[in-house]
Amino acid sequence: MGPLFVNEIISENTNLFLAFIIGIGFGFVLEVNGFSSSRRLAGMFYGYDTTVLKVFFTAAIVGALGLLFLSLFNWIDLSYIYINPAYMYSAIGGGVVMGAGFIMGGYCPGTSFCAASIGKLDALAFIGGMFIGILIFTEGYPLWEDFYNARFLGSPLLSSILGMSRGVFTFLIVLVALGMFWVGEWSEKKFARDDYKLNQK
Amino acid sequence: MGLVLVAAFWVSGRGLGASGAIKSVVVTGVKTVAPAHVENTTFYQEYLETHPNPLKEWLVFEMLGVIVGGFLSGAIAGRLKFTVEKSPKITNKTRLIFAVLGGVFFGFGSQLGRGCTSGSALTGMAVLSVGGFVTMAAIFGTAFVLAYFARKLWI
Repeated sequence: MGPLFVNEIISENTNLFLAFIIGIGFGFVLEVNGFSSSRRLAGMFYGYDTTVLKVFFTAAIVGALGLLFLSLFNWIDLSYIYINPAYMYSAIGGGVVMGAGFIMGGYCPGTSFCAASIGKLDALAFIGGMFIGILIFTEGYPLWEDFYNARFLGSPLLSSILGMSRGVFTFLIVLVALGMFWVGEWSEKKFARDDYKLNQK
Repeated sequence: MGLVLVAAFWVSGRGLGASGAIKSVVVTGVKTVAPAHVENTTFYQEYLETHPNPLKEWLVFEMLGVIVGGFLSGAIAGRLKFTVEKSPKITNKTRLIFAVLGGVFFGFGSQLGRGCTSGSALTGMAVLSVGGFVTMAAIFGTAFVLAYFARKLWI
């Protein structure tokens, strides 16, 4: 049955309309979970607030489990799901640059839009910066084209590289995540701050 | 959040994202301001071949939704307020300068890494892709390592 769009159950315009609805859901859950707060986002790197880490990994796990269950009931054809390609150099290089941007700016692209929507002016400044950064990339593309396309491995799954089934691998990630949540709880107590309150309005 | 992600997979066969929508707007902007320059640049030509109408993209509509959804949640919880969020130790000016700088880095990195925290890390991990896990580790690892140098901004 699914994905609805790929199997031509819904039209392109319906797909775009549903993208808007899905976006509303995404923005809503981001904001409800405090992803609209740069100090909360940065908090995971100093240990005083690890909510973002917990919610982020829970979401990835629910996503992985959801795909697994939907395919089990034949409600979705996994072969139609887009798998991110692995260009090793740019995946690492891009990630490093993004990590630097994260700790300086306190947002990532999705959360900055969410934060700007409730009036955070630092998020608006971050969005302005992103436009500049992307423009630099598109304008200077020939300079980093080789790096961008280097070490292409296709679109492999980590589970198949490790020789595990999807289910076993997902189960292992769940265990790792549970361990991380425990460390998160511990660090929020250890690195608690007087000038920062958890779950602040 | 995971359920929203699953909904995206089920409806459209793709996960969530953010930075791609900004790229759509950037390319459209360049095309409007300097059409001749776009004609002569391979990158833009290749992009426009696969995205003939950059503003009519899935991610653009999704991100418009994110703005609406964030606003709704903020309105319900009474969090709508114009403010600059920062550590009490720094000035608004410092915070805004670093926010712009962070944005420049994140924007550039998201293009190099073929997607940001949403598109590459979150969605990439949910589909168990190697690229997703690698990018996720690189983003969070780097931020963690650099956290010491940026500590005055936050704590």
